[in-house]
This record gives sequence, C-alpha cells and structure tokens, in this order.
Amino acid sequence: MTTTAEKPAGRKSVKPEAFDIVAIRSDFPLLQTQSHGKPLAYLDNAATSQKPQAVIAATARYYTNYNANIHRGVYKLSADATAAYEGAREKIAQFINAPSAKEIVFVRGATEAVNLVAATWGMDNIHSGDEIILSEMEHHSNIVPWQLLAQRTGAILKVIPITDTGELSLEHYQSLLSDRTRLVALTHVSNALGTINPVERIVAAAHARGIPSLIDGAQSIPHLAIDVQKIGCDFFVFSGHKLCAPTGIGALWAKHDLLEKMPPYQGGGDMISTVSFAGSTWNEVPHKFEAGTPHIAGAIGLGVAIDYLTGIGMDTIARYEHELLTYATEKMEKISGLRIIGTAPEKAAVISFVMDNIHPHDIGTIVDGEGVAIRTGHHCCQPLMDRYNIPATARASLAFYNTREDIDRLAAAIEKVKEVFA
Amino acid sequence: MSDLRDLYQQTILDHTRKPRNKHEMLDATSSADGHNPLCGDKIKLFLKINNGVIEDISFTGSGCAISTASASMMTEALKGKTLTEAQPLFERFHAMLTSPMDHEPDIESLDKLAVFSGVREFPVRVKCATLPWHTLQAAIKNEHRPVSTE
Repeated sequence: MTTTAEKPAGRKSVKPEAFDIVAIRSDFPLLQTQSHGKPLAYLDNAATSQKPQAVIAATARYYTNYNANIHRGVYKLSADATAAYEGAREKIAQFINAPSAKEIVFVRGATEAVNLVAATWGMDNIHSGDEIILSEMEHHSNIVPWQLLAQRTGAILKVIPITDTGELSLEHYQSLLSDRTRLVALTHVSNALGTINPVERIVAAAHARGIPSLIDGAQSIPHLAIDVQKIGCDFFVFSGHKLCAPTGIGALWAKHDLLEKMPPYQGGGDMISTVSFAGSTWNEVPHKFEAGTPHIAGAIGLGVAIDYLTGIGMDTIARYEHELLTYATEKMEKISGLRIIGTAPEKAAVISFVMDNIHPHDIGTIVDGEGVAIRTGHHCCQPLMDRYNIPATARASLAFYNTREDIDRLAAAIEKVKEVFA
Repeated sequence: MSDLRDLYQQTILDHTRKPRNKHEMLDATSSADGHNPLCGDKIKLFLKINNGVIEDISFTGSGCAISTASASMMTEALKGKTLTEAQPLFERFHAMLTSPMDHEPDIESLDKLAVFSGVREFPVRVKCATLPWHTLQAAIKNEHRPVSTE
C-alpha cells in the first residue's frame, strides 16, 4: 500500500535495450557538479552512492507535506506517513523477493543489522565452544560484531581463507564446517576486491548440515538482482545509502520463524504490545525490532530508490556495469607499474590497485586534483590487507551512472601520479 | 585546486625516495609505534637519549610520501638536539600545518621543515605529516603502547 505521495518514480521509459546514460546521469544533481574546477568523476560508489533527484525530492516531500510520526496518530498526516513507511517495506520485500514484508526489519544499515542478529539470535543460539565461520575478505562490520559475541559467549571464529586472485577457498570452507558450527556469516560481494562469492553453494553446504547463514548484501544489492529465496540464506542485510537511498537506513531480512523466536533488540516505544512494571509484551514481527521513532524519511527514500532502480532494471544495471568493468580492467592493466588486487573471474565493478613505490594515499590526493574521486586505505578490511601484505589500496568502484569517460579520466589522472613521482 | 607542487615539493619527494635514518636501532633507549588508521601508515620510532640529548634517532615502517618524508626530515632536524629544544619545534611545526590559509605561518624558525607548509592546503593530509612527531612524543614519554592519529 502506498500513499498518493510516494507512487513509483522510476524511469519507466528506460528499456534494457535503450540504456540512456545521458538521461540517467541527468537524474543525479551531484554528477552535474565540479570538483577542483573539473567535472566530477565519482568512482567511490562502494563507499556510498549518489542520490537521484527522485529520492531527494521524496524525502523533502515527506518533511514538507506529511511529516508526522507513524503507527500512532489517528489523523490523516500520520496515516499518510505510516502508509509511505510501510509501503517502503513492501517495496524492499519485492526487491529481494522476500516471502513477506513482515520479514523486513528497518535498521540504520548493514552494520546495525549484523549487530542486531549477533545480539539477539546470536546470544540465544551461540554458546561457549560453538563456531562461527567468516571469511578473510569480510568488512569489519561482519567481523567485529561476531568477535564481540565470541567474547561474551566463548564462541570461536573460523575464517575461510582466500586465494591470490581473491576467491574463497571452497575446499577449505568444507573442512571448516563441523558439528560445532552454528552460523556461516559471509559477504556476497567483497567491497575491497569486487569478488562475487558463490553464496548459493556456500549456503547449501551449510544447510546440508543444518547450519544457518547470514549474507552481507551491502555490496551486492546495488549491482545484482537479489533473490533471498534463491540464495537460500536465513539472514540478509544491506544498507540503503549504497543503493541510491539516504544514509541511516537499511534493512535486515530474516525468515519469519527466526524473527518470531528472536528476543527484542532494543527496548522502547513501538516495539511493545503492552507495558507494565510487572513486565511487558512485544509487538508483532517486524515491529518488535523497531524501537523508537525510526528514520521515516530514510525509509520512504529507500522505497523510492528501489522504484528508481527497478525502473532501469537490475539486470540491465548488472550488464552495463559488467561492460564498464571489462573496459576499466583492460585500461588499468595497460598502465605500467600498476597491479590490480582482486582478479576473480566473477566480479562486481570494483578495481582495487596498488602502484610500485607510490602509496595509495598519494594516488588519492593527486587524482582528486583531477576531479576524480576514489577511495584509498584499507577499506575497513584490515585482515584482507594483511592477507595481501599491503597497507592499503586505491579503489575505483563503479555504478551504473559512470561512463567510459570517467574511466579514461582516472587513467589520465594516474599518469599524472606517475609524473609527480617520476 | 591547491597546487600539487606545494604538497609534493622536490625536497619531500627526495626524502620519500631516499629516507634518511630509516633503520632499526638496537641500542635505543626508547621507542614507540605510531599508526594512522585512515591510510594505513605505520611507523616505529627509535630514540637514543643521553642526558637529555637526542644522540641518535631513526625510524622504520611504511607510509605515504608525506609521512615518510616527514619522518626522514624530523630525524635530521632532531639529531643532536636536546629534548627541551625538540618540544617547541614540534609545536611550531604543528602550528604551521594547522594555521588558517589567510594567515602566513611562521616558517623561518623551522628551517628545512618549512617545505611542509604546503600540506596545510590539504587538510586530510596534515595527519600524515604529524604522525612521526606524535610518535616522537610517545617515544619521549617512553610509552610503549601504539599512538594513533585518530
């Protein structure tokens, strides 16, 4: 159910066979701006995406036209806000093919979703000596919550190693599965390498032994069509801000029976059914996990971002980005003294690289001067940097609104880096 | 943008390519680890202090051009100086890097270290230049826990 305020605002005119990059770029106000007097080439999409005007307008519309708290008011404004907020939940469910919108919990982002699962399901189901399997390529957000849980419970973390190309060692994974394994928590796509992990196979191998799984979709959902039922996982988490939506909003999807059994995450308003000093009872799923006034504008913006992306088509986006990645990889491989980190056959549009005798931080500063925004550092993946024995990388991460020209400008800026250090 | 040549001056690039005093020191009287989590710069600083005089100073580690050159030039500037001379030098260096752009920093008293004045045009890089100096502070205090710029 949606209000008249937030009906789908996607680019309905865009057909897969007519991917109109000029029209798409014109939807993003920030892509029209300059950086250091040069047109902005924004290549840090794995950190956060830019926002289309439709999303910016939708959040402004909420604050301008129907700002009210949700789930409480009997008046029209509150009903409109509630309908838009719950409508966004429906859109998320459809977008990831969840069986029911009741399985979608709004959170601040993927990080909070992982922490929620660790603090609730984890505390109930993981005990001393139990094992949690992660991988060497995890973002800190899918490592540290489990470390905290392990410290509290005495559980043990097991790590799937990766190969030199940046792929999971599946043989090693099989050998890590044991009678003590209670959870497999894995990223779908590596933020630092771009590797797309074979999550269906990994989840299936865990399920064959009755082990549940959590998939971190923060880096996959902006680039690939997601079907949580096809993946077969038990938990799926993602952030909105990497998906053209506002910051501070994201979602946890979990199977309904798991959500029913999990204790509340935070206590407060909206998550209760009844409260007395003798004790309280909990609201139904998913509201049991949403204490306090949520990020209403953010959720509405996320719903509109999903409309926007659906209007283009996630398969169309994946195809376009793959072509762009191929172009960028060929271009970067031609640069002498540059080495790409992460060369798995199945990759999302991320190119991490290092250069001989030039620190990534210096690369970042110099290409910034050319109007090219890339990320440099450890990408919240310190164990992964240790694996490759490097302190940091420079990383260009692409989105569907990037162009070959953006790549050409990055390549030219890298030549400038080489000139400075020649 | 601010001119890259202000940041990557030839003296700085020279020290990046050929860092001075970059080695371990077995007879150090004090050492400290420094880390800049933003970019992954890591430095270990060694001091040999005798009667309040920095008789020898060296560093190891890996970092960007700015932090490496800063460490290299800091060791050159401080060798033979007393601890009481080192402290105000750090304060003047820090003041130069963080002074507002409309304010001409006092660079005369900094001698060769004045080449880092261009760093102030790049605020996110100031921590790169100050990391060796923060690590020095820790080494002087003989604190063996790693310092962080964050």
